[in-house]
Amino acid sequence: MARPRRISDDLARQQADHPAGEIARFGVDEPLLLDAGISLAPFQIAYRTYGTLNAEKSNAILVCHALTGDQHVASNNPVTGKPGWWEIMIGPGKPIDTDRYFVISSNVLGGCMGTTGPASTDPATGQPYGLSLPLITIPDMVRAQAMLVKRLGIDTLFSVVGGSMGGMQVLQWAAQYRDRVFSAMPIATAARHSAQNIAFHEVGRQAIMADPEWRGGRYLAEGTRPLAGLAVARMAAHITYLSDAALHRKFGRRFQDRDAPTFSFDADFQVESYLRYQGEAFVERFDANSYLYVTRAMDYFDIAADHGSSLAKAFAGTRTRFCVVSFTSDWLFPTADSRQVVHALNAAGASVSFAEITSDKGHDAFLLDEPELFAITRGFLESAARARGIA
Amino acid sequence: MSTAGTTTDLTMRAVPGPIRADYLVVSRLIAPGSKVLDVGCGDGGLLKLLRDEKGVDGRGIELSREGVNRCVAEGLAVIQGDADTDLAFYPDDAFDVVILSQTIQATRAPRVVLEHMLRIGKQAVVSFPNFGHWRLRLQLVTRGRMPTSENLPYHWYDTPNIHFCTIRDFVDLVREVEAVIDHSTALDAWGREVRVNAPWWFWNFFGEQAVFKLRGKR
Repeated sequence: MARPRRISDDLARQQADHPAGEIARFGVDEPLLLDAGISLAPFQIAYRTYGTLNAEKSNAILVCHALTGDQHVASNNPVTGKPGWWEIMIGPGKPIDTDRYFVISSNVLGGCMGTTGPASTDPATGQPYGLSLPLITIPDMVRAQAMLVKRLGIDTLFSVVGGSMGGMQVLQWAAQYRDRVFSAMPIATAARHSAQNIAFHEVGRQAIMADPEWRGGRYLAEGTRPLAGLAVARMAAHITYLSDAALHRKFGRRFQDRDAPTFSFDADFQVESYLRYQGEAFVERFDANSYLYVTRAMDYFDIAADHGSSLAKAFAGTRTRFCVVSFTSDWLFPTADSRQVVHALNAAGASVSFAEITSDKGHDAFLLDEPELFAITRGFLESAARARGIA
Repeated sequence: MSTAGTTTDLTMRAVPGPIRADYLVVSRLIAPGSKVLDVGCGDGGLLKLLRDEKGVDGRGIELSREGVNRCVAEGLAVIQGDADTDLAFYPDDAFDVVILSQTIQATRAPRVVLEHMLRIGKQAVVSFPNFGHWRLRLQLVTRGRMPTSENLPYHWYDTPNIHFCTIRDFVDLVREVEAVIDHSTALDAWGREVRVNAPWWFWNFFGEQAVFKLRGKR
């Protein structure tokens, strides 16, 4: 496997401490108490905003990103130079219309794009945190976001929107800060990570830790990277984001630049070549330890466990309007997971919409061109905006 | 819920025209500002009518994905679900009124569905096609075949309507579940109300569909 270009790799490395876009710094006087029982201070949150906050401060939408996403939702990514990961959804005239709404997106705690994470420099030592950073949970990420939102002078978010791990944050927001969330849109997500998903994450983590260049998590201090391990982790994970039908449609059993098998372990098949490319592209922009931390946060996620094993209790008495969306071919966060959330919201007497969208694109469908998702997002936000009195 | 009612509605959406007769009857039975659950809400026609005319806080359940997605895109709080399985998740007295419009005949367990409605809602409104209507009776007697009509266009082998009943059958079920009838109306083939003081047999013969407002004994 070819090693990625170092230039881009260095760009990614710089983002951990000096990200493109805005930074909110929280000093020792504003510590973040983590679920692990440790106070994190100082720390920083890297974020972007799009659109304009109205005078009433009632039109703010927080967009939460997934495992390997970042705050650059609707503007070019500073590392890859590619468009933001949700530009199809967010922008002027788009379903999340930045002519109308003020969109905030921040890098999650434990991430590697400028919010404090294992790749950030520990001010106490001057060295990257590595594994000395306490373990992070989804509620920790959300608490950090709440501090950012407060810093921005916003009392109540008009909406919190996100897919996959972003959807977990949406649900956590609704459970933890019910009076500060007017509407919520959890997409292709679950209220707890399944055993199967924990299993897949463990495969990815073991691939990273099995790479000798991981160096017990100290690779940055020792000037190396577990690129091969991280690439394998990404390849395995990437399969779970697609579907059998999507893989078949895209690649089938077609050969890559050849007419016959080479009788070697070369990437004979297009699907192999594609996965290798995905792995290589990923290691250019993502930190291996961050991958460990963020996958772990997802594994620990279980809202009901924090509320006496009752998901309905987590949302009891909520006045937030919910719109839950799943996709038919998503086997990572199947419709049954979304339905469980919907049943709990029904039991809690919440206002909830739930749509399952027909798509063969698997879990990744939420990031792709799915006109029904756009129509539903637009319609849901539109009706919530009317109720909120947003012009 | 793909029912005869939904099918009628599909054509009505294409050509904006008169509102379904049973919708108007149902709407009259709903107090303004009520919290309403419409079970089998189709493309949300009734919920929209209730929202716009009565200012209700409306929610819906619909089986068909197309129906749900259209409702949600129009800002209605509708979930993809099944009357037979999903009503169990709602707490007691969660709604002022639970509506089952032209759907009871498509449920697997109409009695269980009705009992859930009476539990979840302080009141229940049920509208259904009357299989005792004289034209359907005539078809069975003269042609010896399962009846079809404009409102019930399916053949026996492809119909989603698996539990047809007559008005009298429904009244029996209401007694079975020990509910109280607060209001009842039968509509003829033209959507006009059948004479109010007529006996049940008359309604059962001339009513093409019926609308009942019920409440459970508490």
